[in-house]
Amino acid sequence: MTSPLEKKLKITGPVVVTANRLGDGAVVYRTIDGHWSPRLDEAAVVTTAPAATALLDAAVADDISAVGAYVAPVRIGAGGRPEPGNLRERIRHAGPTMAPPVTIGVRHVSL
Amino acid sequence: MYLYDELDRTLVAERVAEFRDQVGRRISGELTEEEFKPLRLMNGVYLQLHAYMLRIAIPYGTLSSAQLRMLAHVGRRYDRGYGHFTTRQNMQFNWIKLESLPDAMADLARAGLHGMQTSGNCVRNITTDQWSGVAPDEIEDPRIWAELLRQHTTMHPEFSFLPRKFKIAVTAAAQDRVAIKIHDIGLRLHRNGAGELGFEVVVGGGLGRTPFIAKSIRPFLPKRDVLSYVEAILRVYNQFARRDNIYKARVKILVHDLGAEAFAREVEAEWQHIKDGPLALDPAVVADIAARFRYPDYARLDDNPPELAGLRKADRRFDTWVGNAVANHKVPGYAIVTLSLKPEGGPPGDATSDQMDAIADLADRYSFGEIRVGHEQNLVLPHVAQRDLAELWRGLAAAGVATPNIGLVSDIIACPGLDYCSLANARAIPVAQELTRRFRDLDLARDLGRLHINISGCINACGHHHVGHIGILGVEKNGEEFYQITLGGRADEHAELGTLLGPAVPYGQVADVVEEVVATYLELRERPDETFVETVRRLGVEPFKERVYATH
Repeated sequence: MTSPLEKKLKITGPVVVTANRLGDGAVVYRTIDGHWSPRLDEAAVVTTAPAATALLDAAVADDISAVGAYVAPVRIGAGGRPEPGNLRERIRHAGPTMAPPVTIGVRHVSL
Repeated sequence: MYLYDELDRTLVAERVAEFRDQVGRRISGELTEEEFKPLRLMNGVYLQLHAYMLRIAIPYGTLSSAQLRMLAHVGRRYDRGYGHFTTRQNMQFNWIKLESLPDAMADLARAGLHGMQTSGNCVRNITTDQWSGVAPDEIEDPRIWAELLRQHTTMHPEFSFLPRKFKIAVTAAAQDRVAIKIHDIGLRLHRNGAGELGFEVVVGGGLGRTPFIAKSIRPFLPKRDVLSYVEAILRVYNQFARRDNIYKARVKILVHDLGAEAFAREVEAEWQHIKDGPLALDPAVVADIAARFRYPDYARLDDNPPELAGLRKADRRFDTWVGNAVANHKVPGYAIVTLSLKPEGGPPGDATSDQMDAIADLADRYSFGEIRVGHEQNLVLPHVAQRDLAELWRGLAAAGVATPNIGLVSDIIACPGLDYCSLANARAIPVAQELTRRFRDLDLARDLGRLHINISGCINACGHHHVGHIGILGVEKNGEEFYQITLGGRADEHAELGTLLGPAVPYGQVADVVEEVVATYLELRERPDETFVETVRRLGVEPFKERVYATH
């Protein structure tokens, strides 16, 4: 299997690097100062393949903070803030598109 | 219930300790993700879109009330207060933290539950009829054989690194409720012409991107030979299947490429070497396993107690529920009750921790503390006295699991889809939710009769869309969700793959198209009891296609 580092990136618009935080799997974004943030508006946004490759290389090398790093599209929204660029990323960012199941008036029984 | 022995308990406890050490070494950085990933997968831990997911095996779909309470506890303490029952009789928690997993697994182990072999290229959780041991059309309890196979394949070194995952299902009833023909191996216990019991062996079924219905390679296998014959199949698979291409590595591809007859010859040749060896089953071993399945101490009761008839007459809602969710039991005076995890607008197969606790309480009170999980993503109380049905119904209704839609159009099977799954291309749950709203009229649903809708969010087909009477497959086209619709599939003893209706339709049109398909069926059926699949079989998909694509 091709390592993410060996894949040639094709960049057609603004992108960020995203991954899942090691300890809890939460969605995180690579920041300009080389950290991870759960906030997309703190992500480093790049628009060229070399810049995206550099951002991804550093993210993949940081194997202990987050896992499964990859480049994801964003679009620049109001106020210049990045927003998820496709449905998958919207769901990763905002959570499932439906409400969680609710309890319908059943009593709680402790273990 | 099956009573696990000390060996089982030790094995699970040792695995928890091992995994706790592995998680600690991963978090400290001693293990890389590349090193850790196969270790977590061996324990059913996936990384999904938003979080880790823990998949827990429920062998042959049988749970005690204590085990269900433990699942409720894990959902409440380590997850977000709910879990998801899957099409393989497993449970999945979608929000669990890696840091919490060792503690969650230790709690589960106290109830004899674990995630071993719920992932990876090994023999997965072995499934059976959720009505095992109680179904009137059953020859023998198939869980005895599933348990034998579970013991034999658990941590079996030869079968821990197969070319790909391997799924086995066992049935012993005339009606196939476990979908054996879409499994890598399906075993059907039946009686031959001489009156002896043995298995028909079907092999090479499976869905995914290359769906196949399993082929029969042995019409009758004596019971004593079941382990050696399954081992022979696994050996042939291990030896000949492709390891160079993940999409061609399942046994279904090997069976297809070799041909079922040639595959059977290879298996027979291998089997000759081992059939009379240590794997030939000693009846005493089988008897020991069978003795560990404990059946309730049923009371001597009559069928159809008069008070039940009175209550049914007095309350139409209760009568409707009995007619839909209650099935005959092999013991007089008892009934099998199916609990719908498909309420209107609900995610199919989800249950909250509070619901699980309530169901466990009801199981203790009315079902000898036993619960079953079916591949249709519903639960079953297998031992309910008919005289208790009204009280039970009130309890189930309070817990939100008494929707009388079992086997009907709103009893939808769906995978988690793009709302949770990192493999998915499109959402499945919101499509199911919208369909349950469109078909909320239970009088219409009953008039439609048996109609299974299956939804998968990607080609991997966890929602078994190929064998849905109406199958819905989510795909991605230019960044948008589209859905292919198939008609006429079925997963039972007459298993068939559905036929594509036509071009995929966008997310917003799926429910309209399904409504159109259903309306067309109502117009075309020859008589009220001609089921949807029978109409599709008689007429093909063309009349449905003409109607749907004329309006969309």
